[in-house]
Amino acid sequence: MSLKPEKSSGPEGLPITHHPSPMAGFFTLFHKEWLRFWKVSVQTILAPVLTALLFLLVFAYSLRGRVEIFPGVDYSAFLVPGLAMMSVLQNAFANSSSSLMQSKMTGNIIFVLLPPLSYQEFFAAYLLAAVGRGLVVGAGVFLATLWFVPLRLDHPLWAIAFAIASSGVLGVLGIIAGIYSDKVDELSAFQNFIVLPLTFLSGVFYSIHSLPPVWQLLSHLNPIFYMVDGFRYGFFGQSDFSPWVGLAIVSGSFFALSFFTLWLLRSGYKLRH
Amino acid sequence: MVPAIQVEQVSKSYGALRALDEVSLTIDSGEFFGLLGPNGAGKTTLINILAGLVRATSGAARVMGHDVVARYREARRALGVVPQELVFDPFFTVREALTFQSGYFGLRDNNEWIDEVMHHLDLTTRAQTNMRALSGGMKRRVLVAQALVHKPPVIVLDEPTAGVDVELRQALWQFVRRLNRDGHTIVLTTHYLEEAEALCGRIAMLKQGRIVALDTTQNLLRRHLGCYVELRLSPDRLPESLAPLLAQRRVDGYRLALRDYVEVERVIAELRANQIEIQEMEVMHPDLEEIFVQIMNKA
Repeated sequence: MSLKPEKSSGPEGLPITHHPSPMAGFFTLFHKEWLRFWKVSVQTILAPVLTALLFLLVFAYSLRGRVEIFPGVDYSAFLVPGLAMMSVLQNAFANSSSSLMQSKMTGNIIFVLLPPLSYQEFFAAYLLAAVGRGLVVGAGVFLATLWFVPLRLDHPLWAIAFAIASSGVLGVLGIIAGIYSDKVDELSAFQNFIVLPLTFLSGVFYSIHSLPPVWQLLSHLNPIFYMVDGFRYGFFGQSDFSPWVGLAIVSGSFFALSFFTLWLLRSGYKLRH
Repeated sequence: MVPAIQVEQVSKSYGALRALDEVSLTIDSGEFFGLLGPNGAGKTTLINILAGLVRATSGAARVMGHDVVARYREARRALGVVPQELVFDPFFTVREALTFQSGYFGLRDNNEWIDEVMHHLDLTTRAQTNMRALSGGMKRRVLVAQALVHKPPVIVLDEPTAGVDVELRQALWQFVRRLNRDGHTIVLTTHYLEEAEALCGRIAMLKQGRIVALDTTQNLLRRHLGCYVELRLSPDRLPESLAPLLAQRRVDGYRLALRDYVEVERVIAELRANQIEIQEMEVMHPDLEEIFVQIMNKA
């Protein structure tokens, strides 16, 4: 290795005296997190879209004509918003949780801990990237299923509001899981014992009115139920619960989890020892 | 002038383990400072406290006058850390890694300096190479470059040459010396004590979380042992009067530890008086390694 000293550098040019752009740290971390999933889009976008299509194929074709949950809505059409929302949620969670846990495991988390990023910037960057991936995958599922199922979109703003708020909730939950988990199996436990059961029991594949009263009651305790139900309202104008109540519950979950996560980050829990 | 680093009564405990015990230290701007100690002495803990990766249990630390907790943004902007572990982000190329690192410090459009750092570390041809595809030595260079992207006035190198080949080690020191000449304060931890001896103007030695020696390298070398004398004698015996000086019995001779060079004359006189002929004699300076061992054994 040869050093080439013909170029000059020196402390006289030290940018300690320069003016760092406000928010540049946040935008850079968000950009990095976005690129992180975009660069492996076959795994992070195409694979979940394909999984959702397989669910559609299996459930829609096996139950077609036998089930009509909302009057005038074909089961295949009923299923699509649920599958899209399930993909949004799972991918928002996967993005923030796997990025943080992998960075901790490999040690490269120090690249974002050494710079002068505030814990709020750190939180916002990971959260927005998670929301971004959730929405990209959700849009992918929606567009891919349009080839197979004719859909209506009665209240697009409701659909968008629920998609954003719900991916936010799971994005924050992913940050908590990523901070907490030191090993792959700890993160898997979050995914397999919390996110997956809550998602599958949220009415993705059915209406809770078709459940026995006890399960209906339990479903009301599951915040993901309100996410799927409200998102579906955006498509068909029909839902099991009022979308206003649903949005209030989802937003409340988001703010409660966000405050908790910000407190964790501020305390340096498992990040700054 | 504001000191580059000020550490005041800093302690750090992990449960019952006291990793740092009321350490106080001031490093002036422009110094090339060595932080030495055996594994577990607290060197990396101290560095991590300065970098904000670890929070001190008590005490205060400042970088360029900025408290590392209360004014962490300014303190971190003033500090560049080359970590001990060979860490990298496998998703990105060398240029992306450096551009992101620069952006985290609030620097946009920093390509000119990034190009210059890559140029000096001979990374230019690898700019578009994915980090995964680099050799260990190349990854180490990228770590150095990442610590320099924001041109910090204080640079901390935590065992940067561990597992690094001779060529890179020499090139790295050449570059770091240049940075020091340009006015950057350098703090180095290393297990290669000859490196510390050659590079550092001042050295602190830590053991079990405490500073057990803090002085200029020259004073440390002078302060302790005077010199060693290696002798091959005929007949092969050491007079009893010199026995207290014996440091080591060698296969073909003796190694005597002298407090002062003046004692060499007394050794020769004693040998003559005992009619012992000196067949071979070598006077040796103690190196930092010997002093390090001596201090660690005493502490």
